[in-house]
Amino acid sequence: MGLYHTEDQTMLKDSVAPFLAENGSVKHLRALRDNKDPVGFARDLWSQFAEMGLNGILIPEAEGGLGLGHVEAGIVLEEIGKNLTPSPFLTTAVAAVEALKAASADLRGQWFPKIASGEAVIGLALEEGKKHNPAATALKAERSGNGFKLSGTKTFVVHGHVADMLLVSARTAGAPGEEAGITLFAVPREAAGLTAEADRLVDSSMSARVTLDGVQVDADAVIGEVDAGWEPLTRLLNAGRLGASAELVGVGTGAMDMTFTYLKQRKQFGKLIGEFQALQHRAAHLYGEMEGARSIVLKAQQMLDNGDPRGEMFVSAAKAKAAKSTNLAVREGVQMHGGMGMTDAYDIGLYMKRDRALNEVFGDLYFHADKLAKMNGY
Amino acid sequence: MTDLETFRTETRAWLEANCPAEMRQPVKGDDDICWGGRNWVFSSPAQKQWLEVMAAKGWTVPDWPEAYGGGGLSPEETKALRQEMAKLGCRSPLNSFGIWMLGPALLKFGTEEQKKHYLPQIARGEIRWCQGYSEPGSGSDLVSLQTFGEDKGDHWVVNGQKIWTSYADKADWIFCLVRTNKEDKYNGISFLLFDMTTPGVSTKPILLISGASPFCETFFDNVVVPKHQIVGELNRGWDVAKYLLAHEREMISGMGGDGGMASLGSFYADVLEDNPVLRAEMAMFEVENLAYRAHSERFMDEWKTGRAHPAYSNLMKYVGTELNKKRHEIIMAAGGSDALEWESARTNGGARPRAWLRTKANSIEGGTSEVMLNVVSKRILEMPGA
Repeated sequence: MGLYHTEDQTMLKDSVAPFLAENGSVKHLRALRDNKDPVGFARDLWSQFAEMGLNGILIPEAEGGLGLGHVEAGIVLEEIGKNLTPSPFLTTAVAAVEALKAASADLRGQWFPKIASGEAVIGLALEEGKKHNPAATALKAERSGNGFKLSGTKTFVVHGHVADMLLVSARTAGAPGEEAGITLFAVPREAAGLTAEADRLVDSSMSARVTLDGVQVDADAVIGEVDAGWEPLTRLLNAGRLGASAELVGVGTGAMDMTFTYLKQRKQFGKLIGEFQALQHRAAHLYGEMEGARSIVLKAQQMLDNGDPRGEMFVSAAKAKAAKSTNLAVREGVQMHGGMGMTDAYDIGLYMKRDRALNEVFGDLYFHADKLAKMNGY
Repeated sequence: MTDLETFRTETRAWLEANCPAEMRQPVKGDDDICWGGRNWVFSSPAQKQWLEVMAAKGWTVPDWPEAYGGGGLSPEETKALRQEMAKLGCRSPLNSFGIWMLGPALLKFGTEEQKKHYLPQIARGEIRWCQGYSEPGSGSDLVSLQTFGEDKGDHWVVNGQKIWTSYADKADWIFCLVRTNKEDKYNGISFLLFDMTTPGVSTKPILLISGASPFCETFFDNVVVPKHQIVGELNRGWDVAKYLLAHEREMISGMGGDGGMASLGSFYADVLEDNPVLRAEMAMFEVENLAYRAHSERFMDEWKTGRAHPAYSNLMKYVGTELNKKRHEIIMAAGGSDALEWESARTNGGARPRAWLRTKANSIEGGTSEVMLNVVSKRILEMPGA
């Protein structure tokens, strides 16, 4: 197998790219933002995703999905990134689906069909502080009746206010900071005692602070084993981190392409600014950085799909590199657009905002560089 | 099993049976790297044996045609062979400018006679080649070169000077850019091959900041070169040179400097524990290193299957050499004052600082980083202007 897309994967890209350019473009994002849309994404577009089969991309064929892998999910996410499409695809069709693969047949039977059909959106209630730290989970789940009673707060729950179900990490044993003793729960958002307070983020997405005040769930709401939620959580995080990396590559590539086009159109001192070597060298350097990000993301995708034991380490390298390169792409993008880059009318600023949010999701550059170091014993 | 899986299994078995244990040890010094040639002294019987069995199989040049001493392997098989060699820790049996640079140019531009004559000798490591490109006044602006070959009917008489000729003092033959037409800058250069023992050829090693002399000044004083020793057409040597440079950059990127995917930081865990900012630098370097390894693998896969942009090796050369310089900066910082020792036996004669200084040439030789960025910007990104 080569480190490039197969024919089938290229065909998937060729069908997703025009679909999103048509239906999920930056214009679509602007419309939602300007209308102060309370949901944060368009439900009809989510249904269209389902009609194309995309929502079931990671769901096994036997359970009604396409049974494809992280490479394919990444192809969709890269196009989402290029177009800045507001969509629950990453949280629901990628991260949540991976966690649910470790769930009971009942839970899978309950949620996979709804995800595949575009009826359901899943929120990820994993964070409690302002920086990504899944092991720091302190939200309490105490045995109660036939199940558990959950109490605590979660932050940065994207689409949390409109999700049908939340995946909630909770502590059933041990202390915050420990991987053991965490349990992952599937909690209906309508559950009594659960409140979600939504706010619009810098990139116009909607994210919630979620409070669970003695929320009662049955024992069968547990995903995987009690106290051993780190396992499905790791699956979720690998998929989510790598998915966010693919989306970042899309954002960076979109910003870069837009900037290179501008360099070939804008004239100053009687010349196209792309003729100036000072800008040419920075453009070429940026291109190299984005190509490196694209490569490590693809490598990590193939590793996860092949069950390579180094997968988790490469996921961290991929998220870190994608974060670093894309951040360069949007900063250079705004700078090279000059004054136009500061205006709301130009799209480049929207790419900068999306990059900031995606950098933070599932751990930023610093989190993942640190994780890589720890995995290598220092 | 697919054919490729069968090939992989058989290759692994063959390597296990034929690669001497000594040749599976990490390379420690220059003597461990075999360059071949008329005057090569093998550092051990195992080094000689490993070269011979690999050459007999055609695997010093696995993807060259069998007719010219190669292994005739497909790109997938070549990759599988390299992966299996890496897994077992097998050393490269032969390092050679003939394999990396001249060979691919001969395969593309050589006559059938030239291919049959030179390629098998390169594959067996019998001729060590050096490259005569740069001149004192022609570095990045290589095409301004002045070394002149005067037409004397059945031969040229070459006069001039080259600089930065790698291992010219150890090489048997040179592939050399020579001006054969003074009127036409680009279409006035020819690509000639000649023996370094030809009367009139002399070399003088250049002492570098590392204290070593891997490069020479090379002088040509009325050197006679027969006409059949030209590669490609008269005055079209620049085409050959450009093609060859692309391969050189491909090789540099394929090797990607000194390190593999192995963690550099894990070697320095004790130092990093007490130096959190250095630890952070190291972690950032490791991110870049893994990204670069994947980038390099992707480039090779795309290049061998015709998917890569023809100028892409310029990008890899830039990224790979800059990363290697960064690697050595970090190694020096992690080494602290120990890494300053220049002569002591326990530092293997200051191997670390000398290697660090050597890497500073990475982004100069074979096209400077600045020239690489020019090429990427114009040919890949299609930026406007001359």
